Parts: sequence; structure tokens; C-alpha cells
Amino acid sequence: MFSKRSLCIAGVLVGTVMLGGVFSGCGDDTKSNEIKIGANFELTGNVANYGSATFDGLQLAIDEANEAGGVNGKKIVLVKADSKSEASEAANAATKLISDDKVKVLVGPATTASVLAESQIATDNKVPVIAPCATSPKVTVDNGAVKPFIFRSCFIDPLQGDVMATFATKTLNAKTAVIYIDSSSDYSKSLGQVFKEKFEAAGGKVLMEEAFLQKDQDFKATLTKLKTANADVIFVPAYYEEVGKIVKQARELGIMQPILGTDGWDDTKVVDIAGAAALNNTFFSSHYSDQDKDVQSFIDAFKKKYDHAPNVFAALGYDAGKMLIDAIKRAGSDDPEKIQKAIEETKDLQVGTGKITMDKDHNPIKSAVILEMKDGVKVLKEKITPQA
Amino acid sequence: MDFMQQLVQQLINGISLGSIYALIALGYTMIYGIIKLINFAHGDIYMVGAYIGYFSITMAHLSIVPSLIISMVVTGLLGMLIERLAYKPLRHAPRISVLITAIGVSFFLEYTSMYFVSPTPRTFPAVFDNIAYHFGPFIINGQQMLIFGITFILMVALTYIVQRTKIGKAMRAVSFDTETAQLMGIDANRIISITFGIGSALAAAGGVLVGVYYNSIDPLMGIMPGLKAFVAAVLGGIGILPGAMVGGLILGVIEALVSGFVSSTFRDAAAFAILILVLLFKPSGIFGKNTREKV
Repeated sequence: MFSKRSLCIAGVLVGTVMLGGVFSGCGDDTKSNEIKIGANFELTGNVANYGSATFDGLQLAIDEANEAGGVNGKKIVLVKADSKSEASEAANAATKLISDDKVKVLVGPATTASVLAESQIATDNKVPVIAPCATSPKVTVDNGAVKPFIFRSCFIDPLQGDVMATFATKTLNAKTAVIYIDSSSDYSKSLGQVFKEKFEAAGGKVLMEEAFLQKDQDFKATLTKLKTANADVIFVPAYYEEVGKIVKQARELGIMQPILGTDGWDDTKVVDIAGAAALNNTFFSSHYSDQDKDVQSFIDAFKKKYDHAPNVFAALGYDAGKMLIDAIKRAGSDDPEKIQKAIEETKDLQVGTGKITMDKDHNPIKSAVILEMKDGVKVLKEKITPQA
Repeated sequence: MDFMQQLVQQLINGISLGSIYALIALGYTMIYGIIKLINFAHGDIYMVGAYIGYFSITMAHLSIVPSLIISMVVTGLLGMLIERLAYKPLRHAPRISVLITAIGVSFFLEYTSMYFVSPTPRTFPAVFDNIAYHFGPFIINGQQMLIFGITFILMVALTYIVQRTKIGKAMRAVSFDTETAQLMGIDANRIISITFGIGSALAAAGGVLVGVYYNSIDPLMGIMPGLKAFVAAVLGGIGILPGAMVGGLILGVIEALVSGFVSSTFRDAAAFAILILVLLFKPSGIFGKNTREKV
């Protein structure tokens, strides 16, 4: 590794501000009253609703910190980049934020595939990443080894698959299930797998497993086949665009069983596409419910700033921001490696949706809620807090 | 549900999907028939049609039929404009230049629309009371009936134009031999332009119907159906109108049957396997005659 002295020289020569904290002692104090944070989000494209809502939540947390006098006497500045909802663009945006904008920490993108695309770049440059809502286990752990610089501020897929399998067997008394996944999404595939394991471990039987591709329009052929299984529940872990169409087409074919899903469902577009009536008798797991009394202070602050109610992604973006600010405070520096250490040590931190503690795999331990759709409105059905 | 019931339900699903493929495939095949060009921008013209339909429904508050007509007319004019600007200057250029231009036009349409309407998918408003009709165990809904009905009307109208009108006669003549047709006093450029117009209008109808049926449209929605319709056109015999209609329906039904009885993950593979098999064993397609190309 480089010594502090050689870094100073290199720093002066190259004029980089990337490791500003380290060589602030040798006279490089340009903009030392600011800490730059890269916000790499899906601001346009297929899942733009996720990305921009998460960004709004993050912005709120940062603004609150800056209004309270900043962090360690410095102002936090968010540098925005658009990943256009594509993994390759997410990688480009991360490279740009790290090498051109010299950010200390990256937050985002929202979806698993985009975070995976960015993670190698961040690791190579030793810049910590906080993924606010990427739920695949692969985000922080690769082949059994924890990626040192990658963190998340939400729970992981196995927990959602587990929660929904428990819900299906305990609350709905389901004995049989069919699984319909998006085979172009890591998120969907890993959820399908965990649901199957847990559902069968609880004594249930998975009768059929089918798949579709992102951007598919017609699901009727496969749904007609799934209908023949006549299972007690249908599990569709996917994103809102396709979920809306699947639920609509399933009900049109006369499939009236409960359809279960995960946090990818949590968007009002689902109601626009599927229609409120078709969505009755559907349940999905999510990170937060606005009917939960613990989150009211966050909701009030968000409404004051944006004039509309936050969705779950905004809440997760806010949690990520809270976690980041706490880590920078405890690190006492804007050195990315010190921030990384501090994030690892996050414990019993109060964020928007509850308390979080970082586990050894860089996954926070956090509660999950199950929501039911009733005439197009989400109703809190259960809140499940996992054991630490 | 027993096997027969499932089969019939899958045929209903397949025919509604296939009708859309057929509408797009007709445009491919007409344009190929007349100037031997695979117009790869055709799927994107279908997308533009869907957006024009969307805006006439949401902003002008029109009902489905007037929106469909407006979309067909405007998209038809757009097709003619594209032909005039992009393909006409290349009339005597090598075929590969025109093909590459078509790919360029395709990207141009995709990303220009993305700039103007944003890449975020839009939800088509419910313009049509969607009632499900139960025939014993089978279910057909109003939207599927609408698709069958409009596709049928358009196909009859197209057949009438091509077979019974003067313009249709001129189209067939230009398709058969452009130079001789010109010698007989036919304005070939005008006929080519009209062919682009009609082909694009049919794609626009497909776009609006897809918007109504599946509820969601986006600027890249034309890529996959465009490729599938190309497969359908080749399957039926490219350049032959009944071929495109039958090819589209067959492809839709095959996709539904593969998803229903084999595995949903093989659906796209089956569609493209058909393309490869047709090209290997009967490149002229179902309706094509085996003729040697003049050199």
C-alpha cells in the first residue's frame, strides 16, 4: 500500500480530490467543507418509478442533515447520475461518479442487476456502496465471500421468500402453490427458489414453475397452463410492469386464487395496469406500510418537502441516507475506507422504517410487512420482525 | 380443465396474439413485395402508431374507433414520409445500403420517441368495457373480440384494395416488374409511396390494439413484435399477402401452444427456430413457389 507521504505527493501531482480526507494535511483544501456523495439511480426507463422515489427519500435525509448543520461541520452534496434502468448504464454512471466527480460514497441504484453491475467498479476504487433496495443476496456476498465495500439498507430476498411462504402456509392455509418468475431477473429467480424451499419445508407442494421475460406482453398462454394446476396460491415475484399485466390477464382467464408477490409490486402503476378489482385477493411483502405507527414522522417530513405521500422506495432511500450520515459521523472523516468501517459497525440505528443493525454479511436486520390489496388500496395485514 | 379444453383456450390466446403479428407482418411483406426491402423500422412504426392512438385517447378524449383511424392515417403519412426521405434516394443503390438505412431509421424512431415521450412505459386508458364471455369452459373477452374483428375487417379491406382496385392492380404490376410497369404508364414512385402508407397504417392498427389489449406501451415495444412479425412474414412466404396473414396466425398459435404444453421459457426459442427451419428447408415460405432468383 501507499504511504501517507507518497499519497500526498501523488495527490498534489494528480490534483485529485478523491482521497481529500487523507491529504487535507498537505494543503489540498479545495471544497473541503463539502462531502460529495454519488447518487446513481434509475431516473428514466423501465423502473424509473423506483429510482426517482428512492432518490427523493435520500435527498430528504441529506437535506435534514445539512439543515442541522451538516455532518462533522461539512455539507453533504449529492451528485446525481442516471442509470436509465439498465445494468450497463449503471456501470457507466458509477465510473463517471467515481472518476470525474470524485464522490466518497455511492448510493443506489435501486434494482439488483444494476447494483451488481456497479459493484466491481466500486470495489476496485475502494468506494463504499449503499444499495437502498437491492434485495438479492448476491449483492453483498459473492461465492461465499462478503464484498467489503458493498452494503445495503434493506432486507434480502430469502427473508421475503421466507415471509411469503410462511404467510401462504400459516395465514392462507395453502397446501399447493405454483411459481411464475421473470427469468431475466436475478431478483425474481432467487425469490422463486427461496419460496419453493421454504414452502416445501413447511409441508406444501409446488405444482408448477413457469417463467416469462421482462417486457413480455402476453401471459395468457402460460397462465392457461398454470390454471390447470388449480393450486391454492400463485407466487409471482416480479416488478410492477409485468405484475400488473399478469394479474389482469390471470383474472380475465378466471384465475381467482390469491396471488402473492414481493416488494417489486409496491407501486401505484400496478393498480393502473391491472385495475383495482383484479388486484383483490393479492398479497405482497414489503419494507414498510404507511399505516405503521412507527413511520409517521418520516411521512410528515416527506409530505412537507414534496407535497405527496412517500412510497416504499422513498422510505428505503431515506433509510439509506440515515445510515450513511450516521456512518460518516462515526467515521469522523470523509475517507471512503473509514466510512466503510463505520457502516460495518452500524448498530441499533433508528431510521425511517424502524431500527437496523448491520449483520456480518452486510445485510441489515429489519422488519417486513405483508400488505393486502383491497379495491386498489394497500392494507397492512401483518408485520413480521425476524430474529437477529 | 382437461386437455381439449386447455387446447381450445390456448388456440384462442394464440389467435389473438397471432392477429397482431399478422397485422405487422402484412406491412413487412407488402414493402418487401414491392421494393425487395426488409423494412426493419416497421416494428417501430407500430410503436409510433400505438403512441398516436394513446395521445388521441388521453388528450383528445376520443373513443377507440376514431383514435384507431387517426393513428392509422397519421402513421401512414409518417410511413410515406420515411420512404420519401430515407429510401427513395437509395432506389438504385445496392440492397445492403437500403437495409442498413432501415436499421438506422429504426434506431432513429426508437430514440427520438424516447426523447419526446420519455422511456417510462405508459398505461393505456381503459377505453373499452372489457366483458369476459364464457362459452362453456372457454373464456373470450371483449378485447380479444375487438382484435379479431378489426384484424378481419382490415384484412378484407386490404385484399379488396389489392385485388379489385386500380391502385391494387398497379401495386401488383410494380411488384411483378417495376420497369415494365413504368413503361405502361404507372407512376412507380407513387405506388411505392402508397404501399408504405398502407403497410404503416396496418402496423399502427396493430399498435393501438396492443395498447388496448395489454394496457401498456413504451418506446421500445416494437423491437420484439417486429422481429416476430418478420418471422411470420418469412414463414408465410415473404412478399405474399395471404402468407403474412397465415404466417402471423400460425406463429401466434405455436407460441401459445409451446408456452402451454412445453415450457414458457421455450416460447421465443420456438419462434426463432421456425425462422431457421423455414430458411433451411423452404426459404420461399408456406405460400411461396420455389423460383430461382433472376441474376
